[in-house]
Amino acid sequence: MATAPPFQPELHAAALAPRRLRGRGRGVSWHLVALAIATPALAVLLVIAAALLQPDAEVWAHLSAHVLPRASWNTLWLVLGVGLGVSVLGTGLAAVVALCEFPGRAFFAWALLLPLAVPAYVLATVYIGLFDYAGPFQSLLREHVPGVSAIEVRNRWGAMAVLILTLYPYVYLVVRNALASQGARLMEVARLMGHPPAQAFRRAALPLALPWIGGGTLLAMMETLADFGAVAAFNYDTLTTAIYRTWYGLFSVSGALQIAAVLLLFVLALLALEQRARSGQRFVSLGAAPVLRRRLAPRGAWIATLTCTLVWVLAFALPVGQLLLWAAREVDGLDRRYWLLAANSLQLALGAALLLPALALALSWAQRRAPTAAMSWLARLATLGYAMPGALLAVAFFAAAGLVLHGMPGLTGMLRGSIVLLLVAYTVRFLAVAATPVNGAALRLKPSVEEAARNLGVSGLRLFLKVHLPLLRGGVLTAALLVFVDVMKEMPITLMTRPFGWDTLAVRIFEFTTEGQWQRAALPALAIVAVGLLPTYWLHRGSEHATLS
Amino acid sequence: MRTLSRLCCCVTALLLLAACGGKADDAQLVVYTARAEHLIQPLLLRYTEETGIPIRFVTDKAGPLLARLAAEGEATQADVLITVDAGNLWQATQQDLLAPIESATLEANVPAHLRDPENRWFGLSLRARAIVYSTERVDPDQLSTYAGLADARWDNRLCLRTSKEVYNQSLVATMIASRGESAAEAIVRGWVDNLAAPPFASDTQVIEAIAAGQCDVGLVNTYYVGRLQRQQPDLPVALFWSDQGSGERGVHVNVSGAGVTRHSPRPAAARAFIEWLSAGEAQQLFASLNLEYPVNPQVELDPLVAAWGTFRADDIHLSTAGEFQAAAVRLMDRAGYH
Repeated sequence: MATAPPFQPELHAAALAPRRLRGRGRGVSWHLVALAIATPALAVLLVIAAALLQPDAEVWAHLSAHVLPRASWNTLWLVLGVGLGVSVLGTGLAAVVALCEFPGRAFFAWALLLPLAVPAYVLATVYIGLFDYAGPFQSLLREHVPGVSAIEVRNRWGAMAVLILTLYPYVYLVVRNALASQGARLMEVARLMGHPPAQAFRRAALPLALPWIGGGTLLAMMETLADFGAVAAFNYDTLTTAIYRTWYGLFSVSGALQIAAVLLLFVLALLALEQRARSGQRFVSLGAAPVLRRRLAPRGAWIATLTCTLVWVLAFALPVGQLLLWAAREVDGLDRRYWLLAANSLQLALGAALLLPALALALSWAQRRAPTAAMSWLARLATLGYAMPGALLAVAFFAAAGLVLHGMPGLTGMLRGSIVLLLVAYTVRFLAVAATPVNGAALRLKPSVEEAARNLGVSGLRLFLKVHLPLLRGGVLTAALLVFVDVMKEMPITLMTRPFGWDTLAVRIFEFTTEGQWQRAALPALAIVAVGLLPTYWLHRGSEHATLS
Repeated sequence: MRTLSRLCCCVTALLLLAACGGKADDAQLVVYTARAEHLIQPLLLRYTEETGIPIRFVTDKAGPLLARLAAEGEATQADVLITVDAGNLWQATQQDLLAPIESATLEANVPAHLRDPENRWFGLSLRARAIVYSTERVDPDQLSTYAGLADARWDNRLCLRTSKEVYNQSLVATMIASRGESAAEAIVRGWVDNLAAPPFASDTQVIEAIAAGQCDVGLVNTYYVGRLQRQQPDLPVALFWSDQGSGERGVHVNVSGAGVTRHSPRPAAARAFIEWLSAGEAQQLFASLNLEYPVNPQVELDPLVAAWGTFRADDIHLSTAGEFQAAAVRLMDRAGYH
């Protein structure tokens, strides 16, 4: 379809900004590509928006008087707290690991990603078990410190701490890759100009990393909005718990969808803010440079090692250790079926880890080729599902799929019992997770490289495969890793959309937790962590290699 | 653009490949169940052994299962819906997702207040909600009724599970039905005033908090106590049967139950399966797998359950619990019981 354009002098000017669309037809077809990718998400959003047209007035009056004020306030606190927490913790750890040399650095570079594999609801339950009044921590405290009063951990701060410990890796991963490939060199320049290291970081590396910090933090905030498992364990009421209470308790699906619409407005505001903050900024690669990590002085090195150890223990070693203790009692529950469950989980996670980064790449490319406002909103809307509570998204998806497939019995028959619908639902839910790192990487594609390639007569698919894809590899691998672990942990959509026989490890966790049997759920929870380990390591190596080479 | 069309081709191929994995299959029974797999699968396996009819099943929470049934409509493969809590069963009838069952066997095995008046669902096991207390700090003579827990005597001594879970919703729903809304609200407000800790996410946590000394009394389903007693026989907590005096309603019970779906492809086979669950060993197993009480009075109790002693259960019709559940949730919201 595309042929090499003849050399044009004005191409220089055009190449500085993302390539303008040349010719109407091309812009339209790119818009169609984006529309196709966004269609499932748009259908789901339409179902939710339609609920606003038939308001359940009685339920709504009750909600706005007794439920929503508190739930909104709690949500705001939680989202802002988690946003602040993950950006500080994630960026701090990323900077130390990417820019400094200290004992254990190589281990922590990978190990600090591992909390990704621990579902937030698991961490929440383990923490409440350990640190609430009846848990071993406070029991020991009461035994040894007379007169100590009860410490309440099931509150806002507890929920916030658990979500920060689970979600900081989103920021850590993308920022670490950005700093590893770029920051060191900028730091060097700043140091040469006479700035001390801390100042060099603040003035040179940090501003450069801002879009990645923003992107990762936004992901964590959206996930916080959607979280049900962790906040439910803390009995901390948010908009998401209000949605489920309205659905399951008041039996009002339309009321639940209306709260979801409020939640979506909240997300749109976040997205618009981020868009605004980002507009006007351009980031291009300085070119690859060998990374020179600063060797820390002994005191600094100790602090770095201790901090990394503390975070790793709190977010990973401690919960996994507790799970191991619980699972040891239930080890006779480990039967052959676990292979099947693990295989199902793996297939779904791998399928999504292939599909979603590809779609994110296409979407990112479409935005680059046809950077219109409509395109930018299509891309935004396609990723909104990440902020939606899973079960409600599943219901809206089911309704949307029913509308789309209505009157197509042939197709419906073919889709029934297949995992296609499940993969499409994952796309609606997790496209944001794939899009953030891919867009981050695309942001740094140098127009000059593309231009040079075109001048050499390389274009179309070859340009993409030979020039762009290698440069985007780090972002794509990061996207695949994040999607993989997210799908491994995903519960409500899998529960509702899976065909017969597609039980996964997360489904197994559900079976036990739905009856409050947390200790028995330890086995499948550990299996999720274990299955997630190898790909995490492999993709970590891949993405580190890609960003550094 | 060529790049993209190839990419799209690859993705489409992947999807089609995945699509070929599924195939439609008929001659069997399909069950949608909100009762967890390990509580239901042993029964399904035994049924297949006895009758040769293979059963496929999907588990999920009741809300999504009802939404799934509604979305599938006439195209559903599901024959039987099994769910916990009368509220969910009542809601299934409100959405017209269940068909009436003509069965003398079921009418004989399941007492009238534990089944739908129009026979669209039948209770299969009872979950009793009792008062649990610390054997170290509470004299059971001071305990009497659910309403009594609102008494100032229990100030800063009561632990409750969150009102988001259905068990306390249905308890409050039956209180609204029998005492009226304002009396019920006064009781719930009294509970909230007496709380020693914010509401817990699970019944198990309530029992553990009482054992650890954070509070002295609570409300739980009996099988949670049973599970903990199996692990720690000397746990310093005991069950108290509430509301046993004359003129009082008796212990609040809820059910797990089943019905035949409105568009079941195999309604006769579905009815036979539910009949099988309502009697004999199957009925005993259904209850004892989770230390619950059988609905069929002719079936024996699990020994651990029998050791808790007998009680008189509230015989209010359980569809009432469903009918008043939304009112109960609104009441608890107003009372600040979260």
